[in-house]
Amino acid sequence: MTLERFLILGAILFGIGLYGVLSKKHAIAVLMSLEIMFNGVNVTAVALSRYTVPYTVPDTFVDASRFLLTGHVFTVFIITVAAAEVALGLAIIIAIYRTRQSVLITDAKELSR
Amino acid sequence: MTLTTEPFAIELAFWILSVCTVISAIAVVQIQDLFRSALFLIVTLLGVAGLFILLGAEFLAGVQLMVYVGAISVLIIFAILMTRDLEEGNPSHSFRVPVAIVAIIFILFAYYVITQDTDWNGRLISENLDAEQQKVAATVFFKESIPYLAKMLLTDFVLAFEMVSVLLLAAALGALALVRDR
Repeated sequence: MTLERFLILGAILFGIGLYGVLSKKHAIAVLMSLEIMFNGVNVTAVALSRYTVPYTVPDTFVDASRFLLTGHVFTVFIITVAAAEVALGLAIIIAIYRTRQSVLITDAKELSR
Repeated sequence: MTLTTEPFAIELAFWILSVCTVISAIAVVQIQDLFRSALFLIVTLLGVAGLFILLGAEFLAGVQLMVYVGAISVLIIFAILMTRDLEEGNPSHSFRVPVAIVAIIFILFAYYVITQDTDWNGRLISENLDAEQQKVAATVFFKESIPYLAKMLLTDFVLAFEMVSVLLLAAALGALALVRDR
């Protein structure tokens, strides 16, 4: 029951973030919910890396790092991509706010016509 | 600390951290004042950093504190304060109830798959590695995870590592170009 509870916690965080992303009108609120989704995925990746082994365990076990810390590596990449995404997203929000005086994603709809 | 048994203090820490994390995550999507929900987002990120420490990922907990709590939340709070003169609160779409139902169905489906549908015993470290291998695994997780992580980033994943750094540079330049005063 030790691995499962971390996975369930990650799924709950992902679900809460999913609700926020799909239901909020404010662009910054959508970005914050996206961060919650990223964190749910990170918890899942680190928990799987901590408790499970992949299907092909090498015989010698000299290269323990080759499979024991894969989830950590992916979490590092996810955090980096999330940082880039938030920087770009907030820049776009500020640019839209300057030109249209609005931060609601329902107001930026020129492409839908 | 070993790989299989969990002391009572760790159980207690897990429950406290997870309850705080989930409650503040719900507060982020439910509170009407956007500034307060940003503060609750910081609580959520701190809780996830604590969970990383429980999972033996101290380096990731530090990265989480520096990148998320230190940088991203400050960026978000600045953006909220710069666009705050609109006073629109934190409104939702009209179809927020079906979205909530979809999210709850997703969580229940994930619960079913995790607890009922998957046989974790075949893949667990505690049951698939012998004593010698478990000793190595405990060393990797609890004593010196950072050298192993560095070796992995610069050997097996070096291409992804370089691409992520180029992506970060491009994102920083793009953000500067977007908000530059013309």
